[in-house]
Amino acid sequence: MNYFVRRLLTLLLTVFFVVTLTFAAFRIIPGNPALTILGTEASDEQIALLEAKLGINRPLPEQFIDWLRGAAALDFGQSLRFSEPVLKLIGDRFPVTISLALLALTITIAVAVPLGIAAARSKGKAADMMISIGTQLGLAIPSFWMGIALILVFGLVLRWFSVSTYVPWSENPYLALKSLLLPAIALAVPQIAIVVRYLRTTLLEQLNLDYVRTARSKGLKDHSVLFRHVLRNALLPVITVVGINFGELLAGSLVVEQVFTLPGFGSLLITAIGNRDYPLVQGMILLIAFIVVAVNFVVDLSYRILDPKIRMK
Amino acid sequence: MNPLLDIRELRLELQRTRKESVAVLDGLSLSVGKGETVGIVGESGCGKSVLSLSILGLQPNAMRITGGEIWYKEEYPLHDLKPRDIRRYRGSEIAMVFQDPMSSLNNGLTVGAQVTEMFRLHAGCSRAEAKERAIALFRKVGLARPEALLKEYPYQLSGGMRQRIMIAIAISCNPGLLIADEPTTALDVTIQAQILDLMRQIRDENDTAIMLISHDLGVIADMCDRIAVMYAGQIIEEGPVDAIFEEPRHPYTIGLLQSIPAPSKKQEKLFSIPGTVPGLAERQSLGCRFAPRCGMAVKHCYTEAPPLFGASPGHAARCWLLAERGGQADAIVS
Ligand SMILES: Nc1ncnc2c1ncn2[C@@H]1O[C@H](COP(=O)(O)OP(=O)(O)OP(=O)(O)O)[C@@H](O)[C@H]1O
Ligand code: SF4
Ligand SMILES: [Mg+2]
Repeated sequence: MNYFVRRLLTLLLTVFFVVTLTFAAFRIIPGNPALTILGTEASDEQIALLEAKLGINRPLPEQFIDWLRGAAALDFGQSLRFSEPVLKLIGDRFPVTISLALLALTITIAVAVPLGIAAARSKGKAADMMISIGTQLGLAIPSFWMGIALILVFGLVLRWFSVSTYVPWSENPYLALKSLLLPAIALAVPQIAIVVRYLRTTLLEQLNLDYVRTARSKGLKDHSVLFRHVLRNALLPVITVVGINFGELLAGSLVVEQVFTLPGFGSLLITAIGNRDYPLVQGMILLIAFIVVAVNFVVDLSYRILDPKIRMK
Repeated sequence: MNPLLDIRELRLELQRTRKESVAVLDGLSLSVGKGETVGIVGESGCGKSVLSLSILGLQPNAMRITGGEIWYKEEYPLHDLKPRDIRRYRGSEIAMVFQDPMSSLNNGLTVGAQVTEMFRLHAGCSRAEAKERAIALFRKVGLARPEALLKEYPYQLSGGMRQRIMIAIAISCNPGLLIADEPTTALDVTIQAQILDLMRQIRDENDTAIMLISHDLGVIADMCDRIAVMYAGQIIEEGPVDAIFEEPRHPYTIGLLQSIPAPSKKQEKLFSIPGTVPGLAERQSLGCRFAPRCGMAVKHCYTEAPPLFGASPGHAARCWLLAERGGQADAIVS
């Protein structure tokens, strides 16, 4: 089978499994959305009535197939709690989360690549040591903690950023960026640490290879050897690491949003889970699973395009 | 004749720890004339590759030239140039071909990119000009369908083709000296012969001098005008190819020649020099470095290092056995 088709099928299957699992898990764990909505005072009849209205008294397979059918047509149903379409709720919150994750990704790459190069170039020297200590710290500090520290320093002490006033991109891109910058930095720090270390390793590995000696024997400047010959080869494996970590980045955004009280997926997901808002939880999980799997797919594909060795096969 | 490359009493040290260093090359003198082919032989680890790399300042990071001089065309002190300055000679005046064509080219860049960068760097060619020159160059080194080849990646090609490309890159700027470190060792026998033919052709057409490092004494005999035999960081015998093969004087050279399998007669047991090459730290510090493995050694050999003794014009060996007959050859200039 064609590679592309095969990958696409795995992608769909993975998403399907995640969704099935979510569906099953949430019906098994105790909790009743009707009860949460009506409160503990509600009579059994009231609850039964609401259950019937919400459609959660039907057999589970029937509910599942119904939901799948809807999802296939991009109709994820109504939120039980907010009585609004799931799609609209997601549409309201998702841009915050994804722009936070993408901003963090951009910061990661913009900072980690030069730092990784600097570390490899100064191997064993003071700069390398400092970067190594920095990455050690970056890995050790949890993002939410880093977020709190950033709020304290830049928001409350220095007052460079107004904390917890989110402005949508459509309203004012500058303010939107400003409100997302601190949380994105908090998210990016551990990612930067990972990428710097990995890039340093792959660079040093490449620099030891024979072709580097050839390049130098041609009379190329050190920086031509590095940027023209070595960097491209060293960055290839890094792309995979960045891709794999994108899921982590998304998960991290959910937490960091809470710290910065951003109206993203994080708070919505927590409310939805607490209320056993099945359609909303399923819709959100489906989207997150899809993004993670799709990103991995794109990474794999770009790796193929960038690595001539694979491309030609 | 004025030498093209003149290495005088070169000493290269490997920094082992902050305080301690060992000599990798020690008092090594060698010259290569214009258009001349000089072979360098010696067992693994004697310093052949390091010597060839140090000429262009490409020795491993932990190694440094601590004595002696390397002159190119009698006016460029390669041993004394800053990295920025020595770069100008790399590839343009002195070019290198390495052993393993599989790993010596960059698999992440097209063949074209790796060839044209030479013209762009050293001749200041435009992209189009460089491409044109690369195509002509490929034809010259016997590479078929040059246009298509430019867009291909090294790993798509056979070892022989890659080595042709390596050679094409090396001769792209008409260097005066080509240093080839075991250029055929990694190749099949038939391909080996083709690559050697190509090198001969280049030498004859461009009058390029060649410094050829090889384990294969047959190849050396075939290609070279002169031979230098290395042992433990020194040249222990040097001379015209005939003299070395017919009248080797140093016991190590004699052993080396006896260990070639003769194709004519079936030898029952191949001779091999007893013992192994000493590591950098185990090298004999006093006396002759070969003494522990030498069947001819006398007491004197262990106490005083032999200088180079002349055997015949242009032929000298670092062995006390020559002392009575020749006398010290403090100036064997070829
Ligand atoms: N990068 C390095 N770091 C430390 N020591 C090295 C390095 N490269 C080579 N050496 C040492 O320098 C000495 C000379 O090595 P060199 O590679 O020049 O030998 P050679 O004569 O080319 O051997 P071969 O025939 O196996 O290629 C050896 O003792 C080797 O261990
Ligand atoms: S000097 Fe002595 S030990 Fe050294 S090669 Fe000659 S005879 Fe052998
Ligand atoms: Mg070698």
